[in-house]
Amino acid sequence: MRRQAPEPFLWLLFSSGGLVAAFLIPILLLLFGLAIPLGVVTVDYEHLRAVVGNPLTRLVLFGVCVLCLFHWAHRFRYTVYDGLQVKSRLIIVICYGGAIVGTVLAGYVLFGL
Amino acid sequence: MIFPTPVSDFQPRWYRRRPSTFWFVERRSYQLFVLRELSSVFVAWFVVFLLLLVRAIGAGPAAFAAFVAWSGQPWMLVLNVVALLFVVLHAVTWFALAPDAMVLKARGRRVPRHQIIAAHYAVWAVASVLLAWLVVA
Repeated sequence: MRRQAPEPFLWLLFSSGGLVAAFLIPILLLLFGLAIPLGVVTVDYEHLRAVVGNPLTRLVLFGVCVLCLFHWAHRFRYTVYDGLQVKSRLIIVICYGGAIVGTVLAGYVLFGL
Repeated sequence: MIFPTPVSDFQPRWYRRRPSTFWFVERRSYQLFVLRELSSVFVAWFVVFLLLLVRAIGAGPAAFAAFVAWSGQPWMLVLNVVALLFVVLHAVTWFALAPDAMVLKARGRRVPRHQIIAAHYAVWAVASVLLAWLVVA
């Protein structure tokens, strides 16, 4: 008997992460990566601080980070597996391990654990 | 052992030729597939960028100004333009596949593909406007 594979659970994380990434990342990257550094849009620091200081914002950002990290882990694992045909277990450890490390770092940054 | 092939002493092994490492450069659809899959790298980059941003905001006005100046360097702008293109590619291809992933039924009939895709674009637009309003307002 083979034990139950964790694949469905990982796929669920990949899939929710993909949806969250598609909805939220483009506008945030456009604003903070381009519009604000180029001075096209100006933001008020105190307002940003208040938004980020809200516990609900932090909780949502933490969820976004975790889902996006596991989305990356799962997709990148298969990009390397199918694309470059690297059939090593090491890539599995690097991908999901990286996502777990990223989750801890996100918790540290967002909640100061 | 991600896709274990059922092999026993009495079963023949599959004969599979290993494709070239760069099999995906042969066709445009393969190239697009690999680019779409690579979008995940930029999703991960965004998480790093977001956490640096949050840390800078928490550290005070000077740290935030330094973060904005750092983001304004040419190499960072180029990186974020590339990241934005990849993330948009991810979003568009994700929405295009959504009807295959979700089968919705309304009044006993399957919701047409184009309606599911349109709903995704609508949510994307609303979420973008709300987020922009939250940041800039």
